[in-house]
Amino acid sequence: MPEARIKTDICVVGAGHAGCEAALACARLGFDTTIFTVSVESIALMPCNPNIGGTSKGHLVRELDALGGEMGKNIDKTFIQSKMLNVSKGPAVHSLRAQADKADYTRSMRQVLENQENLTIKQGEVCEILTEEGADGKPVVCGVRIFTGTIYECKAVILCTGTYLKARCLCGESITYTGPNGLQAANHLTESLEKLGVKLRRFKTGTPARMDKRSLDFSKMEEQVGDEKIIPFSFSTNPADIQREQVSCYLTYTNEKTHEIIRGNLDRSPIYAGIIEGTGPRYCPSIEDKVVKFADKERHQVFIEPEGLYTNEMYVGGMSSSLPEDVQIAMYRTVPGMENCRIVRNAYAIEYDCLESGELTPSLEIKNVGNLFSAGQFNGSSGYEEAAAQGLIAGINACQMLKGKEPLILDRSEAYIGVLIDDLVTKDNREPYRMMTSRAEYRLLLRQDNADLRLRKFGHQVGLISDEQYNHVLEKEEQIAAEVARLKETKIGGNKEVQAFLEAHGSAALRTAASLAELICRPELDYDVLAEIDKDRQPLSEEVIEQVLINIKYEGYIERQLRQVEQFKKTEKRRIPADIDYDDISSLRLEARQKLKMFKPISIGQASRISGVSPADVSVLLIYLEQMNRKN
Amino acid sequence: MTDTIAAIATALSPSGIGIIRISGDEAFEVANRIFKAKSGKSILEMSSHTVHYGHIYDEKEIIDEVMVLLMKAPNSFTMEDTVEIDCHGGVYVMNRILQTVLKNGARLSEPGEFTKRAFLNGRIDLTKAEAIMDLIQSKNEAARKNSMTHLKGDLYRKIKALREDIIYEIAFIESALDDPEHISLDGFHERLFEKSLNIIAVIEKLLNSADNGRLIKEGINTVIVGKPNAGKSSFLNLLLGEDRAIVTDIAGTTRDTLEESVYLNGMTLNLIDTAGIRETEDVVEKIGVNKAKEALEKADLMVYIVDSSVSLDKSDREIIALLDMSKTIILLNKSDLDVVVSEEDIKKITGETADFLTISAKEKEGLEAFTILIKEKFFSGQISFDDEVTISSLRQKEALSSALHSMKMVQQSLEDDMPEDFYSIDLMNAYACLGEIIGEEVGEDLVNEIFSKFCMGK
Repeated sequence: MPEARIKTDICVVGAGHAGCEAALACARLGFDTTIFTVSVESIALMPCNPNIGGTSKGHLVRELDALGGEMGKNIDKTFIQSKMLNVSKGPAVHSLRAQADKADYTRSMRQVLENQENLTIKQGEVCEILTEEGADGKPVVCGVRIFTGTIYECKAVILCTGTYLKARCLCGESITYTGPNGLQAANHLTESLEKLGVKLRRFKTGTPARMDKRSLDFSKMEEQVGDEKIIPFSFSTNPADIQREQVSCYLTYTNEKTHEIIRGNLDRSPIYAGIIEGTGPRYCPSIEDKVVKFADKERHQVFIEPEGLYTNEMYVGGMSSSLPEDVQIAMYRTVPGMENCRIVRNAYAIEYDCLESGELTPSLEIKNVGNLFSAGQFNGSSGYEEAAAQGLIAGINACQMLKGKEPLILDRSEAYIGVLIDDLVTKDNREPYRMMTSRAEYRLLLRQDNADLRLRKFGHQVGLISDEQYNHVLEKEEQIAAEVARLKETKIGGNKEVQAFLEAHGSAALRTAASLAELICRPELDYDVLAEIDKDRQPLSEEVIEQVLINIKYEGYIERQLRQVEQFKKTEKRRIPADIDYDDISSLRLEARQKLKMFKPISIGQASRISGVSPADVSVLLIYLEQMNRKN
Repeated sequence: MTDTIAAIATALSPSGIGIIRISGDEAFEVANRIFKAKSGKSILEMSSHTVHYGHIYDEKEIIDEVMVLLMKAPNSFTMEDTVEIDCHGGVYVMNRILQTVLKNGARLSEPGEFTKRAFLNGRIDLTKAEAIMDLIQSKNEAARKNSMTHLKGDLYRKIKALREDIIYEIAFIESALDDPEHISLDGFHERLFEKSLNIIAVIEKLLNSADNGRLIKEGINTVIVGKPNAGKSSFLNLLLGEDRAIVTDIAGTTRDTLEESVYLNGMTLNLIDTAGIRETEDVVEKIGVNKAKEALEKADLMVYIVDSSVSLDKSDREIIALLDMSKTIILLNKSDLDVVVSEEDIKKITGETADFLTISAKEKEGLEAFTILIKEKFFSGQISFDDEVTISSLRQKEALSSALHSMKMVQQSLEDDMPEDFYSIDLMNAYACLGEIIGEEVGEDLVNEIFSKFCMGK
């Protein structure tokens, strides 16, 4: 049968948040890129919560933006409410979250893709990964075949299949073999991947119901408004351009009646009845789970969030469920403000195929197949932001590889993205992986406010960030350093004017001269207040001042983390050759050897993070590497 | 840059001389902080491969007179800057010096770490690599087993409980940070402050009891007191009898604190200020009340010898006032003579119970009962002696001290009114340190705790 053959450089399979970032990065880096989707309407679809960002996820979006990704820019264009979370806490845990107009978000991203040079959108299911034998006998990607039989010849493939692979949706007793939102599942690719020796497993996630806004009584709920001063996600967005009118979310609570109904119908939940085999995420428990696990909690919060400006659908956060529809209706109607609720879309759980732990390299390449990259939920993560971050890195690294350059691998001390990927690569995760600030051991350094200072250079190196954008960061860096130095060096003597100033602000008098930096650290004083006695001050931008103050106020803690990072970097730099034969190291304990063979860490640091590898095993590994080194 | 490690290089058993080895980039700086050369020169000004005479100080206190051998990289075993401190081989002295070194910037070496460094730095030839790998693995295995068997029971449970307390608080903070709209931190400061006070109290108690372990391996610091002619000298001779080896005898050196160790049925007693007893028969009189107090402060065991043939008088009251009765054994000596002092007479002065024993040092009677009493007093009859345990226990003590330090940092952050996310930094350190003691890693503990104890959003 004659088949169409089309040549392209890189094929991106799937156009969700990972796929979009991957495809845009590849196209922007000059490669002819084709992105495949089962439905063009589902590009950058948000099938679950209607927001971008949140704790730690907001960090990811900012980092993505600093590296040259699109998500931050797109949410800046399409948000309908914005909030900086945790502002009463330390700067490291401030996190931006924005409610999106879902339809607008999708449309806007689609526009960006459609207008991107070098990028072609193709509707169609990719059914097979085509390979040829590589130099080392390992299969190497040479193209994909789509459902119609057409072959796309290419040099690299990036899998961003999300939750579509052999997807199965469960809503109570009713089961459909579809992807999210009733979209067509991708049922053929699994087989092709398994043939290539790629190990897959089954994960599960879920989403709550959507309600008709007109059926809800918001007067019985607490209104949640957005921030007065909106801070953009993207470092390229001018804050003045996005101070727009916002819509509200609403908060209400479940009660004992709700819980009674749930408990009385647990036998009809497919999870409790044992119908679902996939592993569900603990951080997104269904309302059944919450009621069972936290039996002593009298109520659970329910957040009602708008899905967009041009729809009446409201997302019911906190009450995802896979109970049958009649039970869902009954339980929702016990919640204040939801007594007469009408469900537009039912809550459902979805099962899908994704990559088994240990199959990925830190550059997001699949170990057993050359030039095959993957990103997003397919890699065992969860969340739009986690997906987008991986998509960008996979896209960058596919290009780096085709250019014969070193991959971009961010480490745990450089970015949340580094933590995310390192965890996906070295941990044996048993549920979809979600980012959390507590996963970042150097989080004081990895703030959302300094993502540009940390990462613009990498974006610039790979070619996604322009000279102009990069120079802006360099300039900012210089200004911060200069102002910190000036504040530390400028000594204020205890003259009459100063003492009077201190007294007026309820601050203790000076006995000896103090630096401005020391005065800033006094809780009753701050940078603005000190202007009065700080005569030489030059006007600086708000973003520079923010960095200066964080650097001064948290100096002790920051220095401690920097010292830890120094230690960390040492072991991170000790590379382990890819061809190491762990069976040759007889002193390794059996468990350590098995784990090392499974995960194939690239560095001593990474090896030390694999559970089951002890410090003594690491020492043994070091001796062995030195022995090899000297033999050569 | 490599961090600086230290360990006792000679066997930690009584011998004439002991060596503490320090290796790493800051070896000279660390040694310089605690060593004062007779010549007055700083270690940093001395040349490589020279030996210097002087004293080791723990802050202001002289610990030992020593010879220090300096070796600059790469001309040392590890090919790093190395300092060897040759000291008197008493178990107590060696451990004191090592602890002082650790306090001043070095960390305790991992099992086999000097050899590992020597190899990695190219000092040891290739054929030994296999043997070194085996050595590291087996030493670790031994240390791990040892600490495991050592830790069964009470201490293990206590550390476990502390860790559970700490991880719960971290998980609470982290849940609230992760899901600020579901979990509030209102009133948390006060609760955490209370909690950290409790945790600190428990750790401090454990540190004290960690000294119980120390007693086994490092010996019991013992002070013998009593009026002139009460029989201290003959009791000492009884202890040092010919059938028991004198472990260290460094009397006659210039130090003012003297140490002799005796083995007593598997236990070691480190006798402090025995010279004073020998020369004047009256330690209080000779070295003055302040010095006696100092000696008593270091003591794990106070042996108060009373001449039971002479009535109690003012100086007995003075001595009793200095003693901690919980650590004291009162020996009613001269039971071979007419007894005029009874237990009751002394109890009237002490006002509390103490351990009494009737002996006759002259007739060499009562030593067996004395030995049994110490065993009961300190070890509840159970004693084992093992080098490896010593090292692991020092390691455990170090970890416990770090945990204590971290918890104090938590309190500092609370007092400074830092934001909550800062508390978890030090809480996590404390958690990790406590984990080292019982051989448990941090791993996914926090994430598991968060999901199992706190109900998260969406």
